[in-house]
Amino acid sequence: MSLQEFLLLASALFSVGLYGALSQQSIVMIMMGLELMINAVIVGASAFWYFVSPDRPDGQVVVLLAVTAMAVEMAVGFAVTTAIFRSRDVDMTDMAADLKG
Amino acid sequence: MAQVLFWLCAIAAVVTGIAVFRVDSMARATFALLASFIFTAVTVLLLDLAYLGVLVILMMIMEMVIMAVFMIMFMMNPAGLMPMTMVHNQKGSLAIAVGTFVVLATGVLLVPWPGSDRARPDDPTMQLGEALMGSKMLVMIVLGLALFATMVATVVLATHRGRYDRYGDRLDRKRPDDPVPGGIGR
Repeated sequence: MSLQEFLLLASALFSVGLYGALSQQSIVMIMMGLELMINAVIVGASAFWYFVSPDRPDGQVVVLLAVTAMAVEMAVGFAVTTAIFRSRDVDMTDMAADLKG
Repeated sequence: MAQVLFWLCAIAAVVTGIAVFRVDSMARATFALLASFIFTAVTVLLLDLAYLGVLVILMMIMEMVIMAVFMIMFMMNPAGLMPMTMVHNQKGSLAIAVGTFVVLATGVLLVPWPGSDRARPDDPTMQLGEALMGSKMLVMIVLGLALFATMVATVVLATHRGRYDRYGDRLDRKRPDDPVPGGIGR
Protein backbone atom coordinates (compact mmCIF):
# COMPACT_ATOMS: atom_id res chain seq x y z
CA MET A 1 0.00 0.00 0.00
CA SER A 2 1.23 3.47 -0.77
CA LEU A 3 -0.03 7.02 -0.38
CA GLN A 4 -0.56 7.29 -4.14
CA GLU A 5 -2.94 4.32 -4.29
CA PHE A 6 -5.07 5.79 -1.52
CA LEU A 7 -5.11 9.20 -3.18
CA LEU A 8 -6.16 7.57 -6.47
CA LEU A 9 -9.07 5.92 -4.67
CA ALA A 10 -9.95 9.28 -3.11
CA SER A 11 -9.89 11.06 -6.49
CA ALA A 12 -12.07 8.36 -8.07
CA LEU A 13 -14.65 8.61 -5.26
CA PHE A 14 -14.56 12.43 -5.46
CA SER A 15 -15.15 12.40 -9.23
CA VAL A 16 -18.06 9.93 -8.98
CA GLY A 17 -19.62 12.11 -6.27
CA LEU A 18 -19.06 15.24 -8.36
CA TYR A 19 -20.83 13.62 -11.33
CA GLY A 20 -23.79 12.74 -9.09
CA ALA A 21 -24.02 16.17 -7.48
CA LEU A 22 -23.93 17.89 -10.88
CA SER A 23 -26.20 15.62 -12.89
CA GLN A 24 -28.96 14.46 -10.55
CA GLN A 25 -32.26 16.35 -10.35
CA SER A 26 -33.60 14.91 -7.13
CA ILE A 27 -32.43 16.73 -3.99
CA VAL A 28 -31.84 13.47 -2.12
CA MET A 29 -29.67 12.07 -4.93
CA ILE A 30 -27.58 15.27 -4.91
CA MET A 31 -26.98 14.73 -1.21
CA MET A 32 -25.74 11.21 -2.03
CA GLY A 33 -23.20 12.74 -4.42
CA LEU A 34 -22.02 15.18 -1.74
CA GLU A 35 -21.63 12.31 0.72
CA LEU A 36 -19.40 10.44 -1.74
CA MET A 37 -17.24 13.57 -2.11
CA ILE A 38 -16.85 13.90 1.68
CA ASN A 39 -16.03 10.19 1.80
CA ALA A 40 -13.09 10.91 -0.49
CA VAL A 41 -11.86 13.46 2.07
CA ILE A 42 -11.97 10.73 4.75
CA VAL A 43 -9.83 8.39 2.63
CA GLY A 44 -7.34 11.15 1.73
CA ALA A 45 -6.96 12.42 5.29
CA SER A 46 -6.43 8.95 6.77
CA ALA A 47 -3.84 8.14 4.10
CA PHE A 48 -1.98 11.40 4.79
CA TRP A 49 -2.01 10.64 8.51
CA TYR A 50 -0.65 7.11 8.01
CA PHE A 51 2.00 7.82 5.38
CA VAL A 52 3.11 11.42 5.99
CA SER A 53 2.70 12.40 9.63
CA PRO A 54 1.69 9.48 11.87
CA ASP A 55 3.34 11.13 14.85
CA ARG A 56 0.87 14.04 14.83
CA PRO A 57 -2.92 13.64 15.28
CA ASP A 58 -3.92 16.26 12.66
CA GLY A 59 -4.95 13.74 9.98
CA GLN A 60 -7.27 11.92 12.36
CA VAL A 61 -8.84 15.21 13.46
CA VAL A 62 -9.59 16.04 9.80
CA VAL A 63 -11.33 12.65 9.45
CA LEU A 64 -13.45 13.45 12.51
CA LEU A 65 -14.30 16.85 10.98
CA ALA A 66 -15.34 15.18 7.70
CA VAL A 67 -17.55 12.65 9.51
CA THR A 68 -19.27 15.50 11.37
CA ALA A 69 -19.68 17.49 8.15
CA MET A 70 -21.38 14.43 6.64
CA ALA A 71 -23.86 14.16 9.50
CA VAL A 72 -24.64 17.90 9.46
CA GLU A 73 -25.06 17.94 5.67
CA MET A 74 -27.45 15.00 5.82
CA ALA A 75 -29.58 16.42 8.65
CA VAL A 76 -29.88 19.93 7.22
CA GLY A 77 -30.43 18.58 3.71
CA PHE A 78 -33.38 16.48 4.83
CA ALA A 79 -34.82 19.38 6.86
CA VAL A 80 -34.63 21.72 3.85
CA THR A 81 -36.19 19.03 1.62
CA THR A 82 -39.02 18.58 4.12
CA ALA A 83 -39.61 22.33 4.37
CA ILE A 84 -39.65 23.00 0.62
CA PHE A 85 -41.73 19.89 -0.12
CA ARG A 86 -44.27 20.92 2.50
CA SER A 87 -44.65 24.48 1.26
CA ARG A 88 -44.44 23.98 -2.51
CA ASP A 89 -44.50 20.23 -3.32
CA VAL A 90 -41.01 20.53 -4.77
CA ASP A 91 -38.62 17.58 -4.75
CA MET A 92 -36.50 18.46 -7.79
CA THR A 93 -33.83 21.12 -7.98
CA ASP A 94 -35.10 22.44 -11.31
CA MET A 95 -38.36 23.47 -9.63
CA ALA A 96 -36.53 25.44 -6.92
CA ALA A 97 -34.54 27.87 -9.07
CA ASP A 98 -35.72 31.07 -7.32
CA LEU A 99 -32.22 32.22 -6.51
CA LYS A 100 -30.88 31.63 -10.03
CA GLY A 101 -29.17 34.83 -11.09
CA MET B 1 -2.47 -9.66 1.74
CA ALA B 2 -3.27 -6.10 2.79
CA GLN B 3 -2.40 -4.99 -0.74
CA VAL B 4 -4.92 -7.40 -2.32
CA LEU B 5 -7.59 -6.46 0.23
CA PHE B 6 -7.00 -2.77 -0.45
CA TRP B 7 -7.41 -3.13 -4.21
CA LEU B 8 -10.50 -5.32 -3.85
CA CYS B 9 -12.13 -2.79 -1.51
CA ALA B 10 -11.04 0.22 -3.58
CA ILE B 11 -12.48 -1.18 -6.81
CA ALA B 12 -15.66 -2.34 -5.04
CA ALA B 13 -16.07 1.09 -3.44
CA VAL B 14 -15.82 2.91 -6.78
CA VAL B 15 -18.06 0.41 -8.59
CA THR B 16 -20.80 0.61 -5.95
CA GLY B 17 -20.36 4.40 -5.93
CA ILE B 18 -21.05 4.47 -9.68
CA ALA B 19 -23.98 2.08 -9.19
CA VAL B 20 -25.65 4.66 -6.91
CA PHE B 21 -26.36 6.82 -9.96
CA ARG B 22 -27.08 3.94 -12.37
CA VAL B 23 -29.73 1.80 -10.68
CA ASP B 24 -33.43 2.57 -11.11
CA SER B 25 -34.61 1.85 -7.61
CA MET B 26 -34.00 4.43 -4.92
CA ALA B 27 -33.75 1.76 -2.24
CA ARG B 28 -31.06 0.01 -4.28
CA ALA B 29 -29.22 3.32 -4.73
CA THR B 30 -29.23 3.87 -0.97
CA PHE B 31 -27.82 0.44 -0.23
CA ALA B 32 -25.25 0.74 -3.02
CA LEU B 33 -24.06 3.93 -1.30
CA LEU B 34 -23.93 2.06 2.02
CA ALA B 35 -21.80 -0.66 0.40
CA SER B 36 -19.47 1.99 -1.03
CA PHE B 37 -19.04 3.57 2.43
CA ILE B 38 -18.34 0.22 4.06
CA PHE B 39 -15.71 -0.69 1.45
CA THR B 40 -13.94 2.64 1.95
CA ALA B 41 -14.15 2.19 5.72
CA VAL B 42 -12.32 -1.15 5.30
CA THR B 43 -9.48 0.69 3.53
CA VAL B 44 -9.40 3.11 6.50
CA LEU B 45 -9.22 0.10 8.82
CA LEU B 46 -6.20 -1.13 6.84
CA LEU B 47 -4.42 2.08 7.93
CA ASP B 48 -4.57 1.10 11.64
CA LEU B 49 -7.41 3.56 12.27
CA ALA B 50 -9.64 1.06 14.08
CA TYR B 51 -11.78 3.63 15.90
CA LEU B 52 -12.44 5.90 12.92
CA GLY B 53 -13.10 2.98 10.58
CA VAL B 54 -15.65 1.41 12.90
CA LEU B 55 -17.17 4.84 13.56
CA VAL B 56 -17.69 5.40 9.82
CA ILE B 57 -19.25 1.92 9.38
CA LEU B 58 -21.69 2.29 12.29
CA MET B 59 -22.63 5.86 11.40
CA MET B 60 -23.19 5.03 7.74
CA ILE B 61 -25.45 2.05 8.48
CA MET B 62 -27.76 4.25 10.57
CA GLU B 63 -27.55 7.17 8.14
CA MET B 64 -28.39 5.06 5.10
CA VAL B 65 -31.34 3.39 6.82
CA ILE B 66 -32.73 6.86 7.64
CA MET B 67 -31.97 7.93 4.08
CA ALA B 68 -33.93 4.96 2.70
CA VAL B 69 -37.00 6.20 4.61
CA PHE B 70 -36.60 9.69 3.15
CA MET B 71 -36.04 8.25 -0.31
CA ILE B 72 -39.34 6.43 -0.17
CA MET B 73 -41.02 9.61 1.15
CA PHE B 74 -39.77 11.98 -1.51
CA MET B 75 -38.96 10.02 -4.63
CA MET B 76 -41.51 9.31 -7.32
CA ASN B 77 -40.15 5.85 -8.13
CA PRO B 78 -38.95 4.36 -4.84
CA ALA B 79 -39.20 0.72 -5.84
CA GLY B 80 -37.75 1.11 -9.33
CA LEU B 81 -40.61 -0.75 -10.96
CA MET B 82 -40.19 1.16 -14.20
CA PRO B 83 -36.91 2.38 -15.65
CA MET B 84 -36.49 6.14 -15.48
CA THR B 85 -33.76 8.72 -15.39
CA MET B 86 -33.82 11.97 -13.50
CA VAL B 87 -30.75 13.78 -14.70
CA HIS B 88 -29.99 17.14 -16.27
CA ASN B 89 -26.97 18.01 -18.38
CA GLN B 90 -25.59 14.50 -18.15
CA LYS B 91 -22.92 14.93 -20.83
CA GLY B 92 -21.58 18.11 -19.24
CA SER B 93 -21.45 16.59 -15.76
CA LEU B 94 -19.76 13.46 -17.08
CA ALA B 95 -17.14 15.55 -18.86
CA ILE B 96 -16.49 17.64 -15.73
CA ALA B 97 -16.25 14.53 -13.52
CA VAL B 98 -13.88 12.68 -15.88
CA GLY B 99 -11.79 15.84 -16.31
CA THR B 100 -11.56 16.28 -12.53
CA PHE B 101 -10.45 12.67 -12.13
CA VAL B 102 -7.80 13.02 -14.83
CA VAL B 103 -6.41 16.21 -13.27
CA LEU B 104 -6.41 14.75 -9.74
CA ALA B 105 -4.88 11.43 -10.85
CA THR B 106 -2.16 13.21 -12.83
CA GLY B 107 -1.33 15.25 -9.74
CA VAL B 108 -1.36 12.16 -7.53
CA LEU B 109 1.02 10.28 -9.84
CA LEU B 110 3.38 13.14 -10.68
CA VAL B 111 3.89 14.85 -7.31
CA PRO B 112 6.80 13.41 -5.30
CA TRP B 113 4.89 12.81 -2.06
CA PRO B 114 6.85 13.04 1.16
CA GLY B 115 7.23 9.92 3.22
CA SER B 116 7.77 9.55 6.91
CA ASP B 117 10.00 7.26 8.90
CA ARG B 118 8.80 8.62 12.23
CA ALA B 119 7.39 6.06 14.62
CA ARG B 120 3.67 5.35 14.43
CA PRO B 121 1.82 5.63 17.74
CA ASP B 122 1.04 2.39 19.55
CA ASP B 123 -2.61 3.33 19.84
CA PRO B 124 -3.92 5.82 17.24
CA THR B 125 -7.23 6.13 19.12
CA MET B 126 -5.36 7.28 22.23
CA GLN B 127 -3.49 9.81 20.09
CA LEU B 128 -6.77 11.18 18.71
CA GLY B 129 -8.45 11.28 22.11
CA GLU B 130 -5.58 13.11 23.75
CA ALA B 131 -5.46 15.61 20.89
CA LEU B 132 -9.20 16.32 21.10
CA MET B 133 -9.04 16.86 24.84
CA GLY B 134 -5.80 18.83 24.58
CA SER B 135 -4.23 20.70 21.70
CA LYS B 136 -7.23 20.28 19.36
CA MET B 137 -9.87 21.16 21.96
CA LEU B 138 -11.04 24.15 19.90
CA VAL B 139 -11.98 21.81 17.01
CA MET B 140 -14.09 19.72 19.36
CA ILE B 141 -15.81 22.82 20.82
CA VAL B 142 -16.66 24.18 17.36
CA LEU B 143 -17.94 20.75 16.21
CA GLY B 144 -20.17 20.51 19.28
CA LEU B 145 -21.55 23.99 18.68
CA ALA B 146 -22.15 23.22 14.99
CA LEU B 147 -24.00 20.01 15.86
CA PHE B 148 -26.18 21.86 18.37
CA ALA B 149 -26.97 24.59 15.82
CA THR B 150 -27.85 21.82 13.34
CA MET B 151 -30.31 20.24 15.76
CA VAL B 152 -32.07 23.58 16.37
CA ALA B 153 -32.09 24.49 12.66
CA THR B 154 -33.45 21.12 11.51
CA VAL B 155 -36.27 21.17 14.07
CA VAL B 156 -37.20 24.75 13.09
CA LEU B 157 -37.13 23.90 9.36
CA ALA B 158 -39.09 20.68 9.69
CA THR B 159 -41.82 22.02 12.01
CA HIS B 160 -45.07 22.43 10.15
CA ARG B 161 -47.04 24.83 12.37
CA GLY B 162 -45.40 25.97 15.55
CA ARG B 163 -46.89 27.95 18.45
CA TYR B 164 -46.02 31.27 16.77
CA ASP B 165 -48.23 30.30 13.81
CA ARG B 166 -51.08 29.41 16.14
CA TYR B 167 -50.87 32.12 18.81
CA GLY B 168 -49.30 35.03 16.90
CA ASP B 169 -45.82 36.50 17.07
CA ARG B 170 -46.29 37.66 20.68
CA LEU B 171 -48.09 34.47 21.75
CA ASP B 172 -50.97 36.67 22.96
CA ARG B 173 -53.85 35.26 20.91
CA LYS B 174 -56.67 34.01 23.09
CA ARG B 175 -57.72 31.23 20.72
CA PRO B 176 -55.26 29.48 18.37
CA ASP B 177 -55.58 30.32 14.68
CA ASP B 178 -55.94 26.86 13.21
CA PRO B 179 -57.10 26.03 9.67
CA VAL B 180 -59.48 23.49 11.14
CA PRO B 181 -60.85 24.54 14.54
CA GLY B 182 -61.38 21.81 17.02
CA GLY B 183 -59.69 20.05 19.83
CA ILE B 184 -60.18 21.10 23.40
CA GLY B 185 -60.03 24.85 22.65
CA ARG B 186 -57.01 25.79 24.71
